[in-house]
Amino acid sequence: MDTIFALATPQGKSGVAVIRVSGPEAFEISKKLCLLPKEQTFGLRRLRDRTGQILDEALVLVFGAGRSFTGEPTVEFHIHGSLAIYRSVSDSLKYAGGRLAEKGEFTRRALESGRLDLSQVEALSDLIESETEVQQKQALDVFIGSIAKKVDNWRRDLVQAAALLEAVIDFADEEVPEDVTWEVHKLLENVRVEIGAEIEGFAAAERIRTGFEVAIVGLPNAGKSTLLNAISGKEVALTSALAGTTRDIIEVKMDLRGLAVTFLDTAGIRDSQDPLEKMGIDRAVDRANKADLRIFIDTGKDISGIAATDDDIIINGKGDLFPDKEFPVSGKTGLGVDVLLNKIADVLAERTVKAGIVSHQRQKDSLQRGYYDLEAAIGLLVGGPDIYDLTAEEIRSALRSLEMLLGHVGVEVLLGEIFSRFCLGK
Amino acid sequence: MKHNFDVLVIGGGHAGCEAAHAASRVNANVGLISLSVQDFGVMSCNPAIGGLGKGHLVREIDALDGIMGDLADRAGIQFRLLNRKKGPAVQGLRTQADRKLYQKGMLARLRSAPRITLIEGEVVSFLGSAPKFKGVKLADGSKIFCSALVLTTGTFLGGVIHIGDKKVSGGRMGASASIRLAEQLSDMSLPLGRLKTGTPPRLNGETIRWDDLEKQDGDKIPSMFSFLNSSPFVQQISCGITHTNERTHDIIRENLSKSAMYGGSIESVGPRYCPSIEDKIVRFADKSSHQIFLEPEGLNTKTVYPNGISTSLPVSVQEKYVHSIRGLEHAEILQPGYAIEYDYIDPRCLNSTLRVQDTENFFLAGQINGTTGYEEAAAQGLVAGLNAASIALTKESVTFSRSNSYIGVMIDDLTLRGVNEPYRMFTSRAEYRLTLRSDNADQRLTPLGINVGCVGEKRAEIFDKKNALLSKGKDSLLGRSVTPQELKNYGVNVRLDGQRRSLFHVLSIPNIDIETICLFSRDFSDLEDDLKRQLIIESTYSNYVARQEKDLESLKRDEKIKIPDNFDYGSLSGLSNELSSKLKVIKPSTLAHAGRVEGMTPSALILILSKLKKNELSRSA
Repeated sequence: MDTIFALATPQGKSGVAVIRVSGPEAFEISKKLCLLPKEQTFGLRRLRDRTGQILDEALVLVFGAGRSFTGEPTVEFHIHGSLAIYRSVSDSLKYAGGRLAEKGEFTRRALESGRLDLSQVEALSDLIESETEVQQKQALDVFIGSIAKKVDNWRRDLVQAAALLEAVIDFADEEVPEDVTWEVHKLLENVRVEIGAEIEGFAAAERIRTGFEVAIVGLPNAGKSTLLNAISGKEVALTSALAGTTRDIIEVKMDLRGLAVTFLDTAGIRDSQDPLEKMGIDRAVDRANKADLRIFIDTGKDISGIAATDDDIIINGKGDLFPDKEFPVSGKTGLGVDVLLNKIADVLAERTVKAGIVSHQRQKDSLQRGYYDLEAAIGLLVGGPDIYDLTAEEIRSALRSLEMLLGHVGVEVLLGEIFSRFCLGK
Repeated sequence: MKHNFDVLVIGGGHAGCEAAHAASRVNANVGLISLSVQDFGVMSCNPAIGGLGKGHLVREIDALDGIMGDLADRAGIQFRLLNRKKGPAVQGLRTQADRKLYQKGMLARLRSAPRITLIEGEVVSFLGSAPKFKGVKLADGSKIFCSALVLTTGTFLGGVIHIGDKKVSGGRMGASASIRLAEQLSDMSLPLGRLKTGTPPRLNGETIRWDDLEKQDGDKIPSMFSFLNSSPFVQQISCGITHTNERTHDIIRENLSKSAMYGGSIESVGPRYCPSIEDKIVRFADKSSHQIFLEPEGLNTKTVYPNGISTSLPVSVQEKYVHSIRGLEHAEILQPGYAIEYDYIDPRCLNSTLRVQDTENFFLAGQINGTTGYEEAAAQGLVAGLNAASIALTKESVTFSRSNSYIGVMIDDLTLRGVNEPYRMFTSRAEYRLTLRSDNADQRLTPLGINVGCVGEKRAEIFDKKNALLSKGKDSLLGRSVTPQELKNYGVNVRLDGQRRSLFHVLSIPNIDIETICLFSRDFSDLEDDLKRQLIIESTYSNYVARQEKDLESLKRDEKIKIPDNFDYGSLSGLSNELSSKLKVIKPSTLAHAGRVEGMTPSALILILSKLKKNELSRSA
């Protein structure tokens, strides 16, 4: 396997830049630039190219196999953040036998060496992508293994349930209970409910990860673009006295109390003959429907084509002129904008309360399969001990589905559970 | 006497006998050596054959024309189908066997088999050494040569018997341990481990007050192990049931320090599923009573095996606690219970034919590999015997997989995971349990056996006939579909959803009246009852089997990807050191095999796979 290296910090000028070298030859290659500190320590070193020319003075960190991010021997050069230094160090590393890493190659190696499980790799990329506090917390949660922990708990219960059934099956001739239906039912039902809640919380969790969308909807010239500009604090949308100025959808990303929220300014909705405006209106209706929340300016919720929900907010968009009407907001003066943002944050925050940990479709699919298996198993329990072989099969299948998220369950685990509970052996 | 064989089998227990017979069936000339001809097929522990999981093994041995199933049928004095009320996939046949009848039957079977020579003697050394053995030397100085060697010496390796604080070196009672052979083996530096197991005191049945005890009868309509037999051969008996009580427990508790196992003279690991009575009382202190089955060891013997009270307490204590049990107040102990400690060879040094990996022709089978039970031993003997013959006659090796048999499950477990307690079969060890049933053992394995040549003409003929009938019946059921209304008209309770169902599907409806199906299909109605029953079983499990087959497909795909013995795991730098060194020892033969190594991660498998592909490319380039 190649030894790879790459800049671990963003390109460009900075105080410090980090070059990471990872692979079986990491030490040999790095030695060509300077004397290496001992494993798991660091030291200040002068880096030299093959002619002896000094390239930079750098802090050098050395990680042994199994004790680095990738699991491979790794060396980190903390150099001064100049593009010229990076290029010269990079050239020297290439000359010494290193290869520039491909995108994501370090993480892939961490996965392959078992340093990270799949859910952690997903979380790592989420973590790097995270822009708000809630996103960061969500990703970090998974990265430090909270999915693994949950799955482990479920697995423990399922293994226990399976062990009860297997004891009745495999030790029929001995002093084990003949009917464990009730106990097994309790365990399975528990896990089913928890997995169910996790699946239900998927939509919200996914939203936290990808961000919420809030569409501003109204008739032409209602002041939607003016409101968007007021919300974002800068001129992002063109405004004019002419109705139908906005054709394309304009998006503004915001951090609302730690939640990532994208505001959508859409075309005003009316019957139009202009084909271009018509396309804009169709698009507006479509996006407004897909958005998580809609703000209606000066209209009721019954704009044709838009399916409003109870959470959607109706405001009086010219609050500066008619301050006595309900929910006055003015994009022009800024009146009531903070009240509106608070209201939006409240509504969205309320939805995140139920958010699960699982925020990727792949993870949800595994859970869903497990859920169906558990439903089937619980259904079969009605048949009692006579069909425990079938119930056990469904539990096996549910365990397999959970395995898709993480490790293995061996028969030894099962037998261990059986022997710790029952006195077996005639 | 002949002194040159294709296959030489050392040890005449269940593994050895089955190995010798299997090798002879595929035309090898076999020598079978034991200390005494009286030892062939001895049941040194409980005189019973079969049970849950174990019954499956016996059926599979029989499907390959092995001897254990038929001999058990002929010596069976009480047949019980365990889990009778549960699904057919988890039912297990068990029989009490007349110890003497079984042994007599075994000796006769071996004597009448073509190409088997029985040899009495003690093996003292091997001729030749790894990687290629040439034969053995006996205590009388004679030399016997062979092309392949199967060692099945059970607990004879380093065996020590414990009764209280008394220690005797030896295998089972009355047999001297082959110490010299053990020394030779240890020179081969095979990885060894130590295990223990125990037996209960044997009682004089004439001194048991049977009238006071609950009786356990055999099945009214007994099932047989062999696909060729239909009913018992000898008189049937019933067993007795009694229980330990608080007084028994007090006696044992007071004397715990005198027990070899609790007094500290034994430190090795015993089986969790067969605990000594001392173990039971310590570990399950809240139970005030344990069940004991009183099993007669035969029709013409007074010896009774009290199943459930194995022990290593001193004889005097054994007498005291036995007499505290109802019905056994005056029971005479014919032979005290004892614990035995013995060495086993870590089976991870074997490949899937049970050949020691670093040798060309040295096979191990039975208890020496860390298993317990006659059935487990016999099944290994079968595998080792067939493959020893393959080596001797330069034929293809014969392997079994987790997807086709319990035999495959066991071999895979042993060679891959090793053992940390005596290994016994359970149905829960087989992940394809719903497919690997007793009823279809012949369909799973007899064709393989015919192919290999270990199945005789008689069985092959019977099998082909049965198979043709089954296929005809099944095709007829699959080919005829019925509407819910038609079924309703015949009184079958189904949802009127307008969906047509094949008769095969209808068969899976719980409690369906078979007569109704017979009305629809002549081919089905013509079948014998047991064939009808088998189609019902197949239909009941068909949905699950379909799902398992999907899993199986990926397993089979991975099984096709072979990993060469000299595969360089060290060159995969993504592999953890721990996993890499494990793989170097186990040397998995296929990708599927590698996937079952403990601690294996999906990504590590991908690494191995991509390396294999790379090697393939560079070879073809």
